[in-house]
Amino acid sequence: MDRTQLLIGVAVALFSIGLVGVVVRRNVLVMLMCMELMLNGANLSLITFAQQTATTVGAVVVFLVFVVATVEIALAIPIVLLLVRDKHTLDIGAYSELRG
Amino acid sequence: MATIEGLLQQLDTLLLVVCAFGALAAAATMLFVREPMRVALALVASMILLGGIYGLLGIHFVAAFQVLIYVGAVMVFIVYAIMLLERREASVRRYSRLFVPGIAGLVILLGAIVASVWKPLPAPVRELGDVSFGISAFSVAFLTEYWLLFELTSVLLVAAVVAAIAVLGVGRKDARHG
Repeated sequence: MDRTQLLIGVAVALFSIGLVGVVVRRNVLVMLMCMELMLNGANLSLITFAQQTATTVGAVVVFLVFVVATVEIALAIPIVLLLVRDKHTLDIGAYSELRG
Repeated sequence: MATIEGLLQQLDTLLLVVCAFGALAAAATMLFVREPMRVALALVASMILLGGIYGLLGIHFVAAFQVLIYVGAVMVFIVYAIMLLERREASVRRYSRLFVPGIAGLVILLGAIVASVWKPLPAPVRELGDVSFGISAFSVAFLTEYWLLFELTSVLLVAAVVAAIAVLGVGRKDARHG
């Protein structure tokens, strides 16, 4: 196993752990943090492939992912604050009526 | 001289492996600890170790962004939210009822990863760890080749600010009526 394989393996494992965290955890804030972990896994794979192919496009996309992650958190936290003010709990099960 | 270079390369590889498995261990911890603050600390550890990996790969400006933006901005914001919202909810179960299917899915995914990563990849254009580009090449490429993405980023940030103000407005209106 060379370095590229190791890093791609770690990247996909980070993404999988984040995805499982979003599915199995019930705390809204923990689910948000698991989403951030998924973005980190995607970033690691982009950087690894950018290094392997010696192009700048991977780093450009990573920069955009940073912006998207920041925007996601800047919007998600106020929404969570509003939801918690309404239901007084961080348990995702309390918000099941949001299914529509 | 060659011996010292070989030793340095081995040290580099060792540090890369330590950072990679440390980041994985911290991420796995996030699944098992109950307190959101501990989950946040595990995520911070994972992000810092990923920044170390980027530094070892030679892309130092992404490592700096990782620490400044993710750890310095995003995680501090999340920690503030945890401090605002955290309440002792002993009655709340840690896992949803999708725990067993979720863990089964993780095992299948990890099996698929091991199977796919084990196959040899195409030969790299240059070895990992070689410095392929710095901040100047990245900036020039960003503002010439990818200028549209740069402008779209500004639009996205403005949209996010407007959306955040709108969300806060909804909250204030609800508070007035409720």
